[in-house]
Amino acid sequence: MVSELTVAERERAMGITGLLALCGMIMAIGGSNDPLGVHGFIVLLFAVAMLFVVASGYFAPEPPESRLQSYYDSPTKAGIVIAMVWAVFGMFIGDWVAWLLAYPELTFDAAWASFGRLRPVHTTGVIFAFGGNALIATSFHVMQRTSRARMPDQFSPWFVLMGYNLFCILAISGYFIGITQSKEYAEPEWYADVWLVIVWVTYFILYIRTLMRRKEPHIYVANWYYLAFILVVAILHIVNGLAVPVSFLSAKSYSLFSGVQDAMTQWWYGHNAVAFFLTAGFLGMLYYYLPKRAERPIYSYRMSIVGFWGITFFYMWAGSHHLHFTALPQWVQTLGMTFSLTLLVPSWIAAANALLTLNGAWDKVRDDATLRFMMIAAVFYGLSTFEGSFMAIRAVNSLSHYTDWTVGHVHAGALGWVAMIIFGAFYATVPSLWKRKRMYSPALVEVHFWLALAGTLVYVFAMWNSGIIQGLMWRTYTESGTLAYSFTDTLVAMHPYYIARAVGGLLFLLGAIVGCYNIWMTIRHDAEAPRATGQETPLPAAPAPSLQPAE
Amino acid sequence: MSVGERDPLTGHMTTGHEWNGIKELNTPVPWPVWFFLIATALFGIVYWVLMPAWPTGRSYTKGLLGADARSAVTEKVKQAQLERSEWTRRIAGLDYAAIQADPQLMQAVRERGHVLFGDNCAACHGANAKGGPGYPDLADTDWLWGGTPDAIAHTIAYGVNSGHPEGRVSQMLAFGRDQILTNDQVLAVTDYVRSLSDPAVAKRAARSVAAGKAVFDANCTVCHGDDGRGSQALGAPNLTDKAWIFGGDISAIYTSIHNGRQGQMPAWNERLSDTDRKILTLYVLDRAVAK
Ligand code: HEM
Ligand code: HEM
Repeated sequence: MVSELTVAERERAMGITGLLALCGMIMAIGGSNDPLGVHGFIVLLFAVAMLFVVASGYFAPEPPESRLQSYYDSPTKAGIVIAMVWAVFGMFIGDWVAWLLAYPELTFDAAWASFGRLRPVHTTGVIFAFGGNALIATSFHVMQRTSRARMPDQFSPWFVLMGYNLFCILAISGYFIGITQSKEYAEPEWYADVWLVIVWVTYFILYIRTLMRRKEPHIYVANWYYLAFILVVAILHIVNGLAVPVSFLSAKSYSLFSGVQDAMTQWWYGHNAVAFFLTAGFLGMLYYYLPKRAERPIYSYRMSIVGFWGITFFYMWAGSHHLHFTALPQWVQTLGMTFSLTLLVPSWIAAANALLTLNGAWDKVRDDATLRFMMIAAVFYGLSTFEGSFMAIRAVNSLSHYTDWTVGHVHAGALGWVAMIIFGAFYATVPSLWKRKRMYSPALVEVHFWLALAGTLVYVFAMWNSGIIQGLMWRTYTESGTLAYSFTDTLVAMHPYYIARAVGGLLFLLGAIVGCYNIWMTIRHDAEAPRATGQETPLPAAPAPSLQPAE
Repeated sequence: MSVGERDPLTGHMTTGHEWNGIKELNTPVPWPVWFFLIATALFGIVYWVLMPAWPTGRSYTKGLLGADARSAVTEKVKQAQLERSEWTRRIAGLDYAAIQADPQLMQAVRERGHVLFGDNCAACHGANAKGGPGYPDLADTDWLWGGTPDAIAHTIAYGVNSGHPEGRVSQMLAFGRDQILTNDQVLAVTDYVRSLSDPAVAKRAARSVAAGKAVFDANCTVCHGDDGRGSQALGAPNLTDKAWIFGGDISAIYTSIHNGRQGQMPAWNERLSDTDRKILTLYVLDRAVAK
């Protein structure tokens, strides 16, 4: 992979990893009395490993000019593999946490194994490590194809991918040793946050540079969504992360905001992380891979426009629905609720546009598990947004808030929508990226599909039951006007559903492992002749025969 | 420029754009989209007019309904307290016997007591009040500090070894660890204590039991009494029955004697109201059945 970089890029890679190693060293030495020191060592180790990788190909000959006639896909390939590894890791921890909730005594007597530390490991592991890598990998793939342009250089995509994974490693290892900002979905401390800003800005610039080189007159919808994802996540991350470190040699920092302002900033961030990380980016994925796989035109360009602007505009206002019935002033809650209701319409436009695109391709949905993954993803997207808007109504939220219903909603979105669309996109891309006719085993794709669907349904139904029972028990009064149930009564009632959820999660995890195996075997399998049907539009300068195979 | 073509399946035109094989139809936005967009927006506007909604510098629009969540909750809580006061007042005023004689009040005690006990006491004494290792069984009538309502109320209010000046204090010495007794003596007295509730031990280990009795008479009777039946004044448990707080097998009894015991219960007088503690006292008594 290093030999694909030009000599100048290799020098740049050397320089930057060297600089990173230096930073790691300073953190390790300066912070030796602080958890920061541990992270210094991790940064140093990571940088040294990267230095070795760069050095291994440093003296290879300059890559041939002909590379410019094809898309640059190595970072996409690496990103897909890394995302699958994180998927298994994050879901394994998720299922561990699920069993822990059912049987709290099943734990080690160690701080790192406590629920409070494992839970953010799970959420970061699946959302940022699995989801984020999948978004980065597919965005590289999609932006080049839909712009009919190769990425402007070979170094920046690697910097983005590797830098992002360093961030994930810092985040997750930090939770294990007790480093956290204690803001949900924004737990990493200030130095990891600063690093992410550098990586993310590079990502944004890379995307814009590629789009500027595009040979197509128009920018495809998928790119609008990917760009919104990159741009807005940068804004959210920077604003919510504003904090003052205790010292530059300490891992601890304090938020710039306090009290209810802090809460509102956090959930403005939190909800838009759902909107632009877990929704916009994946809609970009959906908008490319679904029509491509179905070989059908997008149902309506106009719906794409209304949906896109509706989603970007309305989501921004909805964050306060996470703080109903708290110290947040009621008028802010009103705004959050009303905008959440309007938000349903553009959300459903996007889901409907995807499902209507399948008109004329339902036979393919029936026969092809890959396309079925994407179809089910669109359905769950519609379902979880409906549920979300419903839960945003204050009267409904007074039942659902703090209960497992929220967790059910989260995983309808996370398993049914986010993970399914990723798996669909990966199965669609992997064969073409590695120039295989098809996946190693279509039967295993089918197995994965049913495991994932069964796991999602079991999980979500268990949590709906558990959450609604929990919420109702909390508000049941006796004749004499006192609460009817103690807190432990609710735990006893929820216990069976916790077991069911853990089993559902296990199914989902098994599916992901099957997926890993299948992808791995596809990569290892000898190259076969590229699939004959379908064509990938050539890069302008490329002579027709050197085309890449279509997916 | 791009030229649209007709999609044979839907009959709609494409926009004429193409990206790596992906085309788009120029299908008009279906009317329900506009309908629901306008409907939800209208709902929003009406809701804003009726409820607190938009900031106006230092204040906000209050809404025509004058709704205010905070005062609504305060009002509701007040109302609920008023309704409950019908029976809470009577519980606060009457003595224990009078309440116990009133089935209606006892019904309220059971309902309220269940939640109070579950949220505050069950963590140690168990949801079924049967206790567990280290925590006494409250479901029987074998009381450490006495079974009168006043005795129980006192324990609940001030706790055991809680640090509260009114609290009950019970410290069993660490006879082995602090070398008050030799290891052989601890072993012997362990056998003797077991023999008090299990005659088979007396037969099996007669020599050791006899030696243990001498140790017991010299060291333990102050608290546990000559006959080992304990003392409710000191909170010393009865050793002749089958009810054990820390376990009745040889190693648990040995550990108790070797390391001593200082079980703790917090004082609740500042965490729970007088009435709630009274309800708990009645609730515990109501549940306790003689074995
Ligand atoms: C094998 C599959 C999974 C299992 C067994 C699982 C299990 C869990 C459990 C037990 C919790 C904690 C719930 C609680 O505190 O009550 C949780 C939280 C969460 N999980 Fe998962 N999970 C899985 C997959 C995923 C995936 C793929 C995603 C995202 C893409 C995800 C996102 C989240 C989020 C965002 C939360 C926090 C929810 C909240 O705070 O309301 N999970 N998960
Ligand atoms: C129209 C779209 C949506 C709306 C209006 C919406 C609304 C809501 C509401 C009202 C809550 C509960 C807040 C609370 O009571 O604490 C919630 C929680 C959540 N939703 Fe959604 N939702 C939507 C779509 C989604 C999607 C597509 C996902 C993605 C996978 C998602 C992920 C989450 C997560 C992770 C939480 C938990 C946050 C926490 O940790 O407390 N939502 N959402």
